[in-house]
Amino acid sequence: MRTLPRRLGVAIIVGAIVAFLSLKLNPFRDYQIAEIAVEVTAVAGLTVLTGLSGQISLGNGAFMAVGAYTTALLLLHLNWPFYLVLVIAAAATAVIGAVVGIAAARLHGPYLAGATLMLGVALPAIAYVYPATFGGDQGLNVVFTTPAFLGVNFPPTRWLAWVAALVALITLVLLANLDRSRIGRNWRAVRDDEVAAALDGINVAAARIRAFVVSATSAGLAGALLAIVTGTVAPGAFTITLSIALLTAAVIGGLGSLPGALWGSLVIVLVPTYVTDVSTSHGLSSTVGSNIPIAAYGVVLILVMLLFPHGIQGGLLRLISAFTGPNEKSRIRRSAPTPHVTPSADQATASQHEKEGTS
Amino acid sequence: MKKSQRLRWQAAALMTAAALGVAACSSSSSSSASSSTSSSAALTASAPGITATTITIGSHQPLTGPAAPGYSEIAPASNAYFQYVNANGGVYGRKIIYKYLNDAYDPTTTASVVRQLVLQDNVYAIFNGLGTPTHLAVVSFLNSEKVPDVFVASGCDCWNQPTTYPQTFGWQLDYISEGKILGQYVAQHFKGKKIGFFYQDDEFGMDGVKGLLDEIPASMVVSKQSYVPTNVNVAPAVAALRAAGAQVVVSFSIPAFTALLKLDSLKLGFSPTLVVSNVGSDPITLSGLLESFAKQGGATVNGNALTNGIITDAYLPALSTTDSWYNLFKKIHDQYDAKEPLDGNFFYGMSVAYTFVQAMLNAGRNPTRADLVSAIQRGLPQGPMVAPFAYSSTNHLGVTGAYIGTIQNGVVVQQGSVLTTDTSATGPISTYTGSEEQAPASGIPSASSS
Repeated sequence: MRTLPRRLGVAIIVGAIVAFLSLKLNPFRDYQIAEIAVEVTAVAGLTVLTGLSGQISLGNGAFMAVGAYTTALLLLHLNWPFYLVLVIAAAATAVIGAVVGIAAARLHGPYLAGATLMLGVALPAIAYVYPATFGGDQGLNVVFTTPAFLGVNFPPTRWLAWVAALVALITLVLLANLDRSRIGRNWRAVRDDEVAAALDGINVAAARIRAFVVSATSAGLAGALLAIVTGTVAPGAFTITLSIALLTAAVIGGLGSLPGALWGSLVIVLVPTYVTDVSTSHGLSSTVGSNIPIAAYGVVLILVMLLFPHGIQGGLLRLISAFTGPNEKSRIRRSAPTPHVTPSADQATASQHEKEGTS
Repeated sequence: MKKSQRLRWQAAALMTAAALGVAACSSSSSSSASSSTSSSAALTASAPGITATTITIGSHQPLTGPAAPGYSEIAPASNAYFQYVNANGGVYGRKIIYKYLNDAYDPTTTASVVRQLVLQDNVYAIFNGLGTPTHLAVVSFLNSEKVPDVFVASGCDCWNQPTTYPQTFGWQLDYISEGKILGQYVAQHFKGKKIGFFYQDDEFGMDGVKGLLDEIPASMVVSKQSYVPTNVNVAPAVAALRAAGAQVVVSFSIPAFTALLKLDSLKLGFSPTLVVSNVGSDPITLSGLLESFAKQGGATVNGNALTNGIITDAYLPALSTTDSWYNLFKKIHDQYDAKEPLDGNFFYGMSVAYTFVQAMLNAGRNPTRADLVSAIQRGLPQGPMVAPFAYSSTNHLGVTGAYIGTIQNGVVVQQGSVLTTDTSATGPISTYTGSEEQAPASGIPSASSS
């Protein structure tokens, strides 16, 4: 608990930097700040699930869809205030997360990946089955207005950036607290060795389900933010590509690390825009130019994995520890799953760790 | 890649003036230049995206991903036309810079790239943004920013909301009207036959079916089968159509699924008469898809032979060397974009670019954003389209009609006259009596007022 004020302080400083940037940069950069905040919220939840509790999910895009559709429907039909909608969207996703978590707690490794992959593909497709409610392929329109007290000339994207960044920061602070609480310690114990954790009196299944609920809730919040940021909720936004992009961001940033979620999100949001700008300004033909961002994405992923196996955050900590001595090394081990196989009676569990550590 | 002909445009500005003069005499409608087009006024930065020398416009297009095959040719085709215009005097001497970004048909990406174009790149207008779910993600934003949102590449009638979306204009024939025109043909020519529907399970297919049912008595329809574009297994749907004894299948499908419908029918020995909407019937795209899908299945087919006899509709002239538009676009194609196939998608991209240049010329010499909107609302000459545009202050739909055609040896051959209609269930379908326009000798439209 002593660390709570420190974390709040960090959050306030980051918030102040975001506010300063949003005032200084153009409205499109404000929009990108909002996009990054959405991504951070979702990736932070996933990095907790995969990095701390050791469960993989290829279906967090579906949880985002739940949050986004809940938001769109509530705003459209009931026109409730956004903060209330946000809470309900999070709660609805938490319920879905619990249901999935109960099933997931029984599955490991590739089976869990397969089950969550199915969730990621199938759940958004429900929108096609009930077009009267969910708008089918066209989706639903979301109207989110800038409050009147900011004046008519206030850029709408700046307000979006503020709202999204605030929600993202609150989520990060709460997740950081969970990480350092008993719940977080239990997750790490379960991740490193389920048998040992059970012998220590930890309810393994409960810990795993809890991680799914937390992860789903974060994704639901991110979905709610995505709905107001893009102004539309359509199934085309929640394809399996989204779920995989979230996992990629978590891995690039550093699995299990919350600052890593920020680095990963920055890469995922900014690299494609930057690469497109460079390729169009160099006059590449559109068939070549349009494929370069996808290639760049792959190159970044390969480079990060080769140079920083613990992601960007792991790499940063290693650089810092090179200057400050061995003390900081323990932080790397705590924040990222260990790649070596833990001695364990249960070989299946151990080999699963290995997969997840390197996936 | 393409040779920029930067030095020539200044000299060619004179040609525009000449073209204007010619237009005043040759245009079928009486032409009176609006006051703002006086050639003496200096070129100014009259609106965001417009400088004394350039007009920058933007678009979102599926350059990669599932919607890319075929559709990714459209924006390069438009750009080829703009380069031709730029090299021949530009729009009142200004060069058009067309910045189209890839959204991979994902609405979230569309929202992002369109904000980049509007908020950061300061484009004058969004032109020909492709796709219904994708463009719906940005239509409110564009209208609240008062950015002209012209000639959306989708036949959804949702673009026709002049009070809610005053900046947004459709261009191609809407799917309801298309369904009505095809439906009337089916009802008249296949009396007493059993009709089956095959359609994409979204607004495109459902609007089409709505139009079809306005004309085809429900008693004639024996089976309605839908597909989702993410599932390529259409065999159950085809089997159901066969089991229902459908003798005519009307298909509102994208090209890949028209091809799958045809191949799965072949496998089952099922050979109904096929009636396919314009979107899914481009013969060149279709025959390529048929051959490549069959090859994946280990078979060899002749794509052209398989497309023979398909009935479809079209709002652009057939790709034929006797057509003045085809010859114009082929010339530009060979000069600026020879690597792309010269097919229906290319023709589409060229034609919509032509309409845009027409609208810009009508908007005046130093246009604001509002000038473009009101220029379109005053009505535009139909250009390459076979029927007139519906544009007015109360109607933002695009072209109003099409002709029925059959595919013969890889080309659509017109059957009967051009038919025009509207989106209402009771709106009549009438024969269009006006003549089609010929392509101008310069290849560039001239300012008109109608």
